[in-house]
Amino acid sequence: MSAVIGHDGIPHGTAGAGGHGHDEHHGAPHGWRRWVYATNHKDIGTMYLVFAFTMFMIGGVLALAIRAELFQPGLQFMHPQFFNQLTTMHGLIMVFGAIMPAFVGFANWMIPMQIGAPDMAFARMNNLSFWLLIPAAIMIVASFFMPGGAPAAGWTLYAPLTLQMGPSMDAGIFALHILGASSIMGSINIIVTVLNMRAPGMTLMKMPLFCWTWLITAYLLIAVMPVLAGAITMTLTDRHFGTSFFNPAGGGDPVMYQHIFWFFGHPEVYIMILPAFGIISAIIPAFARKRLFGYTSMVYATASIAILSFIVWAHHMFTQGMPVTGQLFFMYATMLIAVPTGVKIFNWVATMWRGSMTFETPMLWAVGFIFVFTMGGFTGLILAMAPIDIQIHDTYYVVAHFHYVLVAGSLFAMFGGVYYWGSKWTGVMYNETRGKIHFWTSLIFFNVTFFPMHFLGLAGMPRRYADYPMQFTDFNMIATVGAFGFGLSQVYFLFAVVVPMLRGKGAPAPQQPWEGAEGLEWELPSPAPFHTFETPPRLNAAGTKIVGYGAPAHLDASGAGVAA
Amino acid sequence: MNPTFDDLAPPMMTMRSFWRSARLLALACGGALAAPAFAVGDLAGGPAVNQYNLHPPASAIAFDQQWLHNFMLIICVVIFIAVFGVMFYSIVVHRKSKGARAANFHESTTVEIAWTVVPFVIVILMALPATRVVVAMKDTSSADLTIKVTGIQWKWGYDYLKGEGEGIGFVSTLDPAQREMSEAGKPQGDDYLLKVDNPLIVPVDKKVRLVTTANDVIHAFYVPSLGVQETALPGFVRDTWFRADRVGSYYGQCSQLCGKEHSYMPIHVKVVTAQEYTAWVDGKKKEAAAKADDPAKVWDLAGLQARGEALYTANCQVCHQPNGKGGGAVKPLDGSPTVLDADKTKQIHVLLNGQNNGAMPSWKQLSDTEIAAVVTFTKNHWSNATGQMVQPTDVAAARK
Repeated sequence: MSAVIGHDGIPHGTAGAGGHGHDEHHGAPHGWRRWVYATNHKDIGTMYLVFAFTMFMIGGVLALAIRAELFQPGLQFMHPQFFNQLTTMHGLIMVFGAIMPAFVGFANWMIPMQIGAPDMAFARMNNLSFWLLIPAAIMIVASFFMPGGAPAAGWTLYAPLTLQMGPSMDAGIFALHILGASSIMGSINIIVTVLNMRAPGMTLMKMPLFCWTWLITAYLLIAVMPVLAGAITMTLTDRHFGTSFFNPAGGGDPVMYQHIFWFFGHPEVYIMILPAFGIISAIIPAFARKRLFGYTSMVYATASIAILSFIVWAHHMFTQGMPVTGQLFFMYATMLIAVPTGVKIFNWVATMWRGSMTFETPMLWAVGFIFVFTMGGFTGLILAMAPIDIQIHDTYYVVAHFHYVLVAGSLFAMFGGVYYWGSKWTGVMYNETRGKIHFWTSLIFFNVTFFPMHFLGLAGMPRRYADYPMQFTDFNMIATVGAFGFGLSQVYFLFAVVVPMLRGKGAPAPQQPWEGAEGLEWELPSPAPFHTFETPPRLNAAGTKIVGYGAPAHLDASGAGVAA
Repeated sequence: MNPTFDDLAPPMMTMRSFWRSARLLALACGGALAAPAFAVGDLAGGPAVNQYNLHPPASAIAFDQQWLHNFMLIICVVIFIAVFGVMFYSIVVHRKSKGARAANFHESTTVEIAWTVVPFVIVILMALPATRVVVAMKDTSSADLTIKVTGIQWKWGYDYLKGEGEGIGFVSTLDPAQREMSEAGKPQGDDYLLKVDNPLIVPVDKKVRLVTTANDVIHAFYVPSLGVQETALPGFVRDTWFRADRVGSYYGQCSQLCGKEHSYMPIHVKVVTAQEYTAWVDGKKKEAAAKADDPAKVWDLAGLQARGEALYTANCQVCHQPNGKGGGAVKPLDGSPTVLDADKTKQIHVLLNGQNNGAMPSWKQLSDTEIAAVVTFTKNHWSNATGQMVQPTDVAAARK
């Protein structure tokens, strides 16, 4: 953890960034206390990212076990029930353990630095929201060793199959409750920080888009995490306390569970992609050396996507016997989401247009993101058509679709973000060749893995199948080969990029490693000092540069530096 | 790799199958994809080898779904090429290394409105044909044949509710030999995992309405060639329909995760001509008749009592109580004058016609044999010891 090593040496020399040498009185705490009692947004951000990457690796191992079993027809390695446990836990771990915490890690590191705030608003709650993840993760992973094995009802936990699960189902429900509480606290923290702690002159419409997308995401999280908590609590009482919310044997309605779950679940997929849009909106202008095209419309598009995400949930349920008006409404509403999403893609392309582009690793990930994510967007549009969905609902087409938006979307954007901001976190530059190897192997193997799944789905192979008719063999083999390649390329990333960065090995990073990057984070030294912006900075008119600290004697010529 | 899952699964992976996997891996990597890795051919009505598109449609709805998919795919590919044509042109030309200087434009309301409105219009154009298909798809009215499809862990129950073949019911299960092949990791056959004991038989060119439900957890009835996918919900019914436009076998699988054997509950719909269907229905009716009670049979007391006790438990004791004492408005059977009466027809009439304005409902839907059995049981149970026997012929006579 290098940020450990990086930080330990830094604070004393870099008081300038923090204002007035405050660090000399109390620098970073040392040893385990630094992490367990952490209240510093950068330390907490680091812990979130390390945690998320660990869970990503665990979820990845489960995915490879799934792909190994599906390499050929017939059961080779495991019972179908264990296979179902793997698909369920892969989904839960990747969604709640890897992608969501990783974005919170990015938010912790970057939001205070991007808006000129000294830290997150609620530093101790920030500590709690991280440390809650640990018992939840232990419960989830340990559920494999409970009687009957891990939950095997799919990550969507549809009733009444959940009523047939063993005690690990309860562990899973408690873990989700805890993760939800953690997410809600993290969201409150982000909203309060963004709304109250911006440096003078950093108006909302000057904020970097990453802060905007996270602000909107945080509202989504607060709106829907309690809904999930309600659904799984009702599942819990159905299991143990004789209620019949979803149990048809007692008059309950299993379709009601799906409505409640997807009322959470659909905004959830935007929770996992909006911050990614923010990262891409930072990277593209930096490497095109040109301001982001249509900043205002990007903000409105993000907000539109968030609002629409609340009225499309039942497109996950087209085959559940929805009445004709329901199918039409949810089909139209879902197709509408293509409009603001399209606006974002067009704005990124327009930003690149007539820029002066270079293709360092972060830019490669960003361009790769736009290219591959858009394919996922198109398959989403196709799935939104209710009549087509009847053909490919719950098949591998859906599996291909959501991996195109979650892996090529969220994950690729985060990789781009790690390469883009990693030098600011650790003070060392990544190795460009290694970054490019990581990008190209990931991109190629990702497509080798998931592209053939479109074919499998169109041909009618249902998802969550431990064994399949032999006509599907070849595409499954290709997918498995691709999956192992993709897995190895992440192992390469760990050892060739992450570990050296954490250990501080590599060329020392300049304060501003990218020619075209703008924003307050690039006004700070690399690595960023333990404490930053303890005195509010005064900003230029665009809100991208620091012109001084503390209250100005008078407003500067641009009129930006409002008194603190 | 084997030991990893040892505690959870019996060691199924022998060295030989390991090497087979390795060889297949090499084969897959080597691009030898023209030839399938397993000896398998196309399955008519089921998946073809390395099929990469939707199934050939066997109903108008499936045809429309496929048309919509092609329509969407073409539009999406055109947009994709246009947008990424621009992006890749920019990537090639607007490079710093080629001396490109960054322009300074960064917003244009006109452009933003244009690329909001144009996609909006495109989306509406896409929605129009889809709407027509949705409305057609959901219209389950005036069906020629109604079949109840019940998802059961892990098989399908089919009950012909209305139309030719009414009353037929059976259960359809995966061929056990295939489950064994799967367990052994040695699959074989073009219909691997799709072969069932009793296919669902339907006539060609008739509107078949499927009423789906389930016994335990949620299942989904999915037959791609017929354009049908509908969830089977426990405790609820849903419906969908198809009209097969040609004879043949069409295959599908359960598409909603339903537990351990989810991959092992296939669907086989066999579409036959009207004549073949009628012949099949007649065969089934004869089969059922052969199994049914012979109404002319003369029973002994023990046989009637045993049959009657089961019927009493299933139909009567919820009101009349296991002790036959009834309670409240429900009259006791134990010691009842009607039951003890030497004239057997009195009690038979109560069962056939009901009593007290339907407080005691009519049970005429029970067969003669069943009514005879349950009457005989009540006449000879608890403190009732009449020794009377009612034969099916007595009931048949009372019905007239």
